[in-house]
Amino acid sequence: MKAILALADGTVFEGEQFGATGETVGEVVFNTSMTGYQEVLTDPSYKGQIVTMTYPLIGNYGCNEADVESIGPQVEGFVVREYSAYHSNWRSKWSLDTYLSEHDIIGIQGIDTRALTRRLRVHGVMNGCLSTEDMDPESLIAKAKAWHGLVGWDLVQRVTCPNPYAWKNQGDNNSDAKYRVIALDFGIKYNILRQLTEHGCEVQVVPAKTPAEEILAAEPDGVFLSNGPGDPMPVGYAIDTIQGLMGKKPLFGICLGHQLLGLALGGKTFKLKFGHRGANQPVKHLETDKVEITSQNHGFCVDIDSLPNSIDITHINLNDDTLEGIQHREYPIFSVQYHPEASPGPHDASYLFSRFTEMMDEC
Amino acid sequence: MPKRTDIEKILIIGSGAIIIGQACEFDYSGTQACKALKEEGYEITLVNSNPATIMTDPDFADQTYIEPITADTVELVIEKERPDALLPTLGGQTALNVSVELAESGVLDKYGVELIGAKLPAIQKAEDRALFKEAMMKIGLAVPQSGIAHTVPEALALVEQIGFPAIIRPAFTLGGTGGGIAYNIEEYEKMVAAGLALSPISELLIEESVIGWKEFELEVMRDGADNVVIICSIENVDAMGVHTGDSITVAPIQTLTDKEYQLMRDSAIKIIREIGVDTGGSNIQFAVDPKTGKQVVIEMNPRVSRSSALASKATGFPIAKIAAKLAVGYNLDEIPNDITAETPACFEPTIDYVVVKIPRWAFEKFQGTDETLTTQMKSVGEAMAIGRTFKEALQKGLRSLETGWFGLDNHPLEELPLSELPSKLSIPNVKRIFYIKAALARGMSIEEIHAYTHIDPFFLYNLKEIVDFENALSESDAHQHIKRHLKGAVSHHASQNGETDGVFTKRLLHQAKQYGFSDRQLADIYDVSEEDIRECRNELGIEATFKTVDTCAAEFEAETPYYYSTCSSEDEVRPSDKPKIMILGGGPNRIGQGIEFDYCCVHAALALKDDGYETIMVNSNPETVSTDYDTSDRLYFEPLTREDVLNIYHKEKPAGVIVQFGGQTPLNLAVALRDAGVPIIGTSPEDIARSEDRELFKAVLDDIGLMQSPNGTATSSEEAAPIAAALGYPVIVRPSYVLGGRAMQIVYDEELLHEYMNTAVEASPEHPVLIDKYLEEAIEVDVDAISDGNLTVIGGIMEHIEEAGIHSGDSDCVLPPYTLVDEQIEKLKTFTYDLAKALRVRGLMNVQYAIKNDEIYVLEVNPRASRTIPFVSKAIGVPLAKLAARVMAGKTLDELGFTSEIEPAYFSVKAPVFPFNRFPGSNTRLGPEMKSTGEVMGIDTDVSRAFAKAQKACGYSLPLGGKVFISVKNKDKRAIIFIAKKLTDLGFELIATHGTAKVLLRNGMEPELVFSIGKGRPTIHDYIKNHAVDLIINTPTGDLHRPNELLIREMAIAHDIPIFSTIPGAAAAVNAIDALQRGDITVTPLQDYFQML
Repeated sequence: MKAILALADGTVFEGEQFGATGETVGEVVFNTSMTGYQEVLTDPSYKGQIVTMTYPLIGNYGCNEADVESIGPQVEGFVVREYSAYHSNWRSKWSLDTYLSEHDIIGIQGIDTRALTRRLRVHGVMNGCLSTEDMDPESLIAKAKAWHGLVGWDLVQRVTCPNPYAWKNQGDNNSDAKYRVIALDFGIKYNILRQLTEHGCEVQVVPAKTPAEEILAAEPDGVFLSNGPGDPMPVGYAIDTIQGLMGKKPLFGICLGHQLLGLALGGKTFKLKFGHRGANQPVKHLETDKVEITSQNHGFCVDIDSLPNSIDITHINLNDDTLEGIQHREYPIFSVQYHPEASPGPHDASYLFSRFTEMMDEC
Repeated sequence: MPKRTDIEKILIIGSGAIIIGQACEFDYSGTQACKALKEEGYEITLVNSNPATIMTDPDFADQTYIEPITADTVELVIEKERPDALLPTLGGQTALNVSVELAESGVLDKYGVELIGAKLPAIQKAEDRALFKEAMMKIGLAVPQSGIAHTVPEALALVEQIGFPAIIRPAFTLGGTGGGIAYNIEEYEKMVAAGLALSPISELLIEESVIGWKEFELEVMRDGADNVVIICSIENVDAMGVHTGDSITVAPIQTLTDKEYQLMRDSAIKIIREIGVDTGGSNIQFAVDPKTGKQVVIEMNPRVSRSSALASKATGFPIAKIAAKLAVGYNLDEIPNDITAETPACFEPTIDYVVVKIPRWAFEKFQGTDETLTTQMKSVGEAMAIGRTFKEALQKGLRSLETGWFGLDNHPLEELPLSELPSKLSIPNVKRIFYIKAALARGMSIEEIHAYTHIDPFFLYNLKEIVDFENALSESDAHQHIKRHLKGAVSHHASQNGETDGVFTKRLLHQAKQYGFSDRQLADIYDVSEEDIRECRNELGIEATFKTVDTCAAEFEAETPYYYSTCSSEDEVRPSDKPKIMILGGGPNRIGQGIEFDYCCVHAALALKDDGYETIMVNSNPETVSTDYDTSDRLYFEPLTREDVLNIYHKEKPAGVIVQFGGQTPLNLAVALRDAGVPIIGTSPEDIARSEDRELFKAVLDDIGLMQSPNGTATSSEEAAPIAAALGYPVIVRPSYVLGGRAMQIVYDEELLHEYMNTAVEASPEHPVLIDKYLEEAIEVDVDAISDGNLTVIGGIMEHIEEAGIHSGDSDCVLPPYTLVDEQIEKLKTFTYDLAKALRVRGLMNVQYAIKNDEIYVLEVNPRASRTIPFVSKAIGVPLAKLAARVMAGKTLDELGFTSEIEPAYFSVKAPVFPFNRFPGSNTRLGPEMKSTGEVMGIDTDVSRAFAKAQKACGYSLPLGGKVFISVKNKDKRAIIFIAKKLTDLGFELIATHGTAKVLLRNGMEPELVFSIGKGRPTIHDYIKNHAVDLIINTPTGDLHRPNELLIREMAIAHDIPIFSTIPGAAAAVNAIDALQRGDITVTPLQDYFQML
């Protein structure tokens, strides 16, 4: 079946449908990771986005039950150069086509994804409409243009958990947990929870709107601020919560959690032209001068110059010198823009989880 | 850390002659290292015996030693140059082994030379199987069950635990020489014995077989600050059991999830840290059980490897250059990424295309050997192709091989009986990919093919998609519509689903292109010409588009124009309006066409760049310097076929295209390109044809009064016999239009002639067989010359040591001539000037002459760069290929200041290196068909010492004393007397068979008698096996029915005993021994020799 992806700037890509049918709008972004499409699909941070993979062959190793980062695929649409109908891997359970259609995600294949990526790089990410129903390019362009976009939209509400729950790693009863951690769920990736658990944390996941008092009342050893989708600015309630926790409990933030922390500290965020999405971003750890190859997925960024003096810059992106990590001089607070939990991506930064537990030890 | 200032002078060791498993990739890495370190202001001393390398060009190092790469010679260089550091990791296994030897023997300590990049303990830990295994266990990584054996009994005990099949890997051998898989005890014993003999430390690793497991490689880099990055991941299409050099491989990994890939990445990082490679690149191989995902570590190369070259070309990340910079103290984040300019080299390249590498073999040259692909590498070259899908890259790769395939073709296999398929699929072989196609075409299921081949079903499915699509193209309805469209008959005829022929054809052809089908394949399907398909495509707007290799999947803008073609919606090439010249490269290495031609292409690019042209390089060989992104202004990594070259031509519109530097590959395209309107510069295709066409060439020679050996042409066995009889046996027979003497033979009688005509070649009126009278015992001479159309200047006259009849690529030769008299030399010059004039040569020309009874015969003229151009250029200190490129672009020799010949006051000897140890059972006799893979050069003011150096560089150290076995044919009995006498005088003891012994006795010598084979014991075989002989002189009778002579040669090669099979060769060896006895070898850099000119 034919499918069309139309961008708000009038560019139209015609390809073939796979996965579900229908129509969807979203911000069109690209991810440069060569592996890990299932993790990308299920990362709640992609809510509101139509994701294109720059690696051209997708679906090769199928999909399985284990490699998920949330309850199911979160992307609004999926764009690839060639979808592999054959899936080959000893863990593979379903084809990507089956997986997407079961979760009602529209896929398009057979388009020049490099041309699309170059367009996004040069002109910045833009809104798009992906359809298997409306075959009129002009109408699709109009729909893309009419969409409100991500800025100013609180997407966290679409992905946070409705009720608190205790996380359990598969096959692990958490009996020897040393730390009690509350994770504020702005769209948390399972691998963060798995990592925290492996580092000896008993994790209670709570909805994004949980107020500081409620968290403090539970007397956790530390609070984790999760990743999540979209613009941090409209997530004001979370900023309030973080301000209520600062100095009272050790805080560790990742991605959106880092951005919200930045805002809570009085900093500013801005939207990157085309974001950082991939598994090969070099980040320099300024304390050690060592470079970590990191997994990243963010479209917004904390302005390095907007932060107060109480903050130390700990990590910098070597590609564009943007902020990747901060630490509070007085309080036990640190955060990173990138994803130490990887999944997909390298494990170079997993030491940060130990750092969190060390911080909790110190308090 | 910034670069080190405590070291000033660095020694770099190259990899020597091109051999199987060690080819031009180490020229690529060494050249990058020299450039990078010179750029940093270090003084560079280089040792490499291979004159065909770019790195041995005098500009790339401060002192260039073209000397044997052996510990004693390199020690002389160290003693003389006193470098502060030695970089051992860029010259392949050869450089690494010599460096280890120098470190272990204390030479490096003695002269205060520091190993940089990798220290001795790290190299030992990676290379020594037992230490490596221990290290892996320490960091918790699995390795196949294995053990070390130093003797046959130890090996037998081991296999009882491990079981069959068992893998045998000799330690410290390159490309896995001597390794193999044994399925039973008989095979096992044989391989163990051979492996122990080949391993320099008589050590074998006996390993549990993981045959059939998936095979992966990671290219890892580490800097002094312990930053580690993965540059490229590679998946082998062929499962474990086939050497990675003989496997079709794909980058990046296709069938691992991120979880599994990251596990492998973590392991790789742990390994490079545990082994302790300080800085630089390493290659780590893994095997994965396809059923459980269990990962085991196979091996690690603590140095830049063939895979590193592939990874560099596949990603655009210059591994060797960065490795060199890391070795002198820089960290990865301090080095910019050249491709993006704005980001640092400390990252992991991500690619948005698929890279396929396909090996090229030369089994046709080594008939009689087992053609099964095993853990021992046998391929002589490789092609790499880039596409946006695996299907496209694979088909581009197959046509890049230039073996007559234009993609995943089928015609030559159509006749194969179905019953033979299972064995063709299960036993790895050169054509297996085509057998898979045949199996798919006949409906065999992916599961069944997987069971036979162990190839991952993902790849098989992709092959099936190609096959299914090809069926769709040929299916009758589609066929009719497209055919009708091609004829332009009814362009608006509606097809089944309502599309017009045009729309229908466009849709199908577009997809065909995305699947990598060549015009030629499509032309075959529709029974039209390639040009018909091209026109049709152009009319429908289906054209090749070019995309950039940028290390970052378009995340950043690329500064470096490195392109590949695909069929897509956007073309990234923005041609400039500068004057441009396009250079066509030589494609994959093969015997007869290798690094020498790449050297010429690189020179052309460098010279024309200097002259202000924008240079465009087209090549498909990832091992080369020509495909380095900064050799030319623009690089197109593309197959060298008419279609692909025309696509680039139409995009770039260069003012001229150079076809005479890349060997036969571009030359074969010359006429087709010219006919398509491409401006070929240099000698015209017509004149090239005049030198290649037998009749036209005869006319040229007649015109200027030169002689050829008497000859004739036959199109059948019946025609051949009377011609040969009239010429008189022996005759040389060969098919017309060949390179490297393919299928060329000396035939001694009518029976052999019939055998040749009926089995070796397919003679036909279009492809006649050429029959020449063989000029026995003639002196062969090679002449390289350059001409601007007016003036011709001889670059060098090379006198072969072996007589005519042995392919020039397989002969030792000397420049300047060592036995020719002035009168002969003058004649050769005059003849060469006349030939250049008659053939209107503009550029380079090579002529082969034979001198017999003071008559000079022309054997062959090649109006193109020859294999000897780099050798001659280094011997005379003039870059002939650069001059030729400038001449082709319009300069005169006068303007370039090269108007008179140079006769050096020293001698340069070129010697060939053979791959016979890889092809047991094949015919090791030298003849008109070229079999060597590479060459070395020896330079000295004394010709005999130069010869000795060349022999040493080949790996044959001439003995200074001991026993010589002599057995010569009757004709040579006279000539051997003086040689034997001289050997006696030099202190050698003689051993001889009955006939030769008698002659020696009569002439006052006392040889020890051995039995001829089959006549009693001991025979020479016993002596060889007992290492009781040090030198062999054995001139074969030329009778193919006497296998014993071949056996002697084969055994001598296997036991590394120098063997000479011609009288002139033996004489040169004896003189060289004499020279060596009179004084030790000395070393002198090329730069000093050039001062003597």
